[in-house]
Amino acid sequence: MRKNLNVIAAYSIMMGLIILVGIFQSWNIALSIFNLCLISAVMTMGANIQWGYAGLINFGIMGYTALGGLAAVLISVNPVQEAWSAGGFNILFSLFLIIGMILAVRYVLKKYDKSKLRTYIIATIIISGIILVRFVSEPGIEAIEEVNPAKTGFLGGFGLPIIFSWIVGAVFAGGLAFIIGKVALGLRADYLAIATLLISEIVIAIIKHEDWLTRGVKNVIGLKRPAPYEVDLQQTDWFINLVEKFNFSKLNLIQDFSERQSALNQLVIEGSSIFVKLCYSGLFLVVVIILLILTQKALYSPWGRMMRAIRDNEEAANAMGKNVVKQHLLIFVLGSAIVGIAGAMLVTQDGLFTPGSYRPMRYTFLIWVMVIVGGSGNNFGAILGGFAVWFLWIEAAPIGLYLVNLTTAGLEDTHFLKQHLIESVPYFRFLMMGIGLLLIMRYRPKGILPEKIEIK
Amino acid sequence: MDFINAIILLLNYIFIPALTYGSQLALGAIFVTLIYGILRFANFATGDMMSFGTMAAILFTWYFQSLGVSLGVLPTALIAIPFAIIFMIFYMLLIDKFVFKYYRNQKSPPVQLAMVSIGVMFVTQAVVRIIIGPSDRRFFDGEKFIIKAGEFKEITGLNEGLAIKSTQILTILVTLILVTTLFWFLNKTKTGKSMKAYSDNEDLALLSGIDPKKIVMITWIIAGILATIGGTLYGLDKSFKPFTYFNNMLPIFAAAIVGGIGNPFGAFLGGYVIAFSEILLTYAYKKFFMYVLPESMEPDGLVQLLSTDYKFAVSFSILVIVLLYRPSGIFKGKVL
Repeated sequence: MRKNLNVIAAYSIMMGLIILVGIFQSWNIALSIFNLCLISAVMTMGANIQWGYAGLINFGIMGYTALGGLAAVLISVNPVQEAWSAGGFNILFSLFLIIGMILAVRYVLKKYDKSKLRTYIIATIIISGIILVRFVSEPGIEAIEEVNPAKTGFLGGFGLPIIFSWIVGAVFAGGLAFIIGKVALGLRADYLAIATLLISEIVIAIIKHEDWLTRGVKNVIGLKRPAPYEVDLQQTDWFINLVEKFNFSKLNLIQDFSERQSALNQLVIEGSSIFVKLCYSGLFLVVVIILLILTQKALYSPWGRMMRAIRDNEEAANAMGKNVVKQHLLIFVLGSAIVGIAGAMLVTQDGLFTPGSYRPMRYTFLIWVMVIVGGSGNNFGAILGGFAVWFLWIEAAPIGLYLVNLTTAGLEDTHFLKQHLIESVPYFRFLMMGIGLLLIMRYRPKGILPEKIEIK
Repeated sequence: MDFINAIILLLNYIFIPALTYGSQLALGAIFVTLIYGILRFANFATGDMMSFGTMAAILFTWYFQSLGVSLGVLPTALIAIPFAIIFMIFYMLLIDKFVFKYYRNQKSPPVQLAMVSIGVMFVTQAVVRIIIGPSDRRFFDGEKFIIKAGEFKEITGLNEGLAIKSTQILTILVTLILVTTLFWFLNKTKTGKSMKAYSDNEDLALLSGIDPKKIVMITWIIAGILATIGGTLYGLDKSFKPFTYFNNMLPIFAAAIVGGIGNPFGAFLGGYVIAFSEILLTYAYKKFFMYVLPESMEPDGLVQLLSTDYKFAVSFSILVIVLLYRPSGIFKGKVL
């Protein structure tokens, strides 16, 4: 118990802060912060597996998050029959063409030795393949995008419950990571960082501009929910009774019947949105706990020790007969898959998919700040980093406003400096993140909860 | 006649814009490459440092405009640039002293320095947005065009117009002068040579009596000049928006790596490689073929290889291909 004292203390402080937000601001805000903290925690766990366990630097988190979101759309949206009949055949045919192209390239790679001729053959296959695919898919894409463009204009999905997308998102992200890993893992650390960052930008560009698949920047709204809808809840008897029971003493103070009824209504409306958020929290918490157990088990297993050995001294591990390339690829895929789950969870919670909102600042660099601040290599640290940084990211604006008011207290309200500063309060969050990251890296380079190696 | 029209068309829509954009990228890429070669880390704050320099230039421009100083046909920003550079160098040396110096002395691995540069990126971004705000700003004044499309048509009697913006010529000229001076400095002067030696082999350079503090300081000074001028030229040509500058970091990185990171000349050419391939691959050639081919063979579609949405994706794909087949870049990197 004593050993874990700092972990318990750090988490208690974190929960205390969220509860304080609940008391002073509102429980709605507190819960939405908590939910996003949980999602961030899943993302940081994914990044932590790659960086903390294996020392692989992956700046492509944004791309995997977006793929997870794409999975949520493809799984949960109902199929658009018209679009399928208009262009489905062309799309499927181009898909077969792409698969055929890949198989052909693989065949050439296996069959012939490395030579100039082989490179030319592969280049010819790829270029002619791309031209052929464009030729086949273009009419299909145009037809699909013309089907009721204001509402659909895309193929839709499978119409399954959105929860399945969490797994499919992991598969998507893992698949992409497999391809990237095959291509880029041999690169040196900083090249790998740049390459993954750029590849994730390519992924976003595709998701943004292939309207037939994702509706692009027109966004997909109104996704299915795993939780009940507020409007439905407000009319269910058991829920109204529940709210009444919870606020019994408060309601009893009101004598007038109609006044009591309106107060109850107000409480039910508030309660319904809190209840929905609690449902999400429950679901997310289950995911976080399952992942935490799995990652902890992995960390202290022989496999985890091997990963640390590879991280700390690649050559030695290689000499001991460990297949470094294979293990790197494996952990790259695993970590990315976890990020993919988080991406699907995020879209599930928001109920909408907005490809335009995926920006590297928010989805790549912020996650890295979380991992570094929390403590790389330590799962509890990574989760704490996710919580603390997200909390600060949201609460930075109120804190910044408070600080501005404090420092400019001597100035009049109409003073241009004060007005300017108050207008730029939203950007204080960048400042806080940056300074926080720099301070942690300087004075506590292993993070708030550093990695500790226990021999069990 | 049709043939000349076709050439003018390409000049107007591909060659001149690509040359301008390439020059802007080239300056940024040399900045990245210098930092990588001498300070030995990938600087993720590149875009934001450029936006910081541009912000300083804009503030000085506004100041001069309020004083009524102007250069007539040339943009006022040109007078502001030297002051902005001094401001920028001061900021960079400050950051180096409080942030990077510690890790350099600790001999931290490059990855850690890259992480630290992400912290700097956050801080710089915040400072820029707090001081000047996130909105789009144009600070160009003076004569906008050297030749307008209409005038060109009148003079030559061609169907196609050629419009040359003064900022385009300005960008290309300034880049050429700056880069020539820089290469002269690196190759001919004693300080430049010692920088090359330091980048090549740090220990050997120290043994031969090169002062690392001086090298680092000069690197930051050159970097400050490049970042400010590159950023300001981009801002004059297009417009200043902090978010765009952050995004520009990506093609700049691509240019630096394609040219061989650590190799300034490679970075210079890499900028143009990226710019030309972006524009060549996303331009719709329909009109060009209409001029060149006989009427019976005119194409139906736009004859566009990729839609313009994939402009960025093009440069990144080139980068990935280069990384796969020639990780040291087209022009052997890591020798300054």
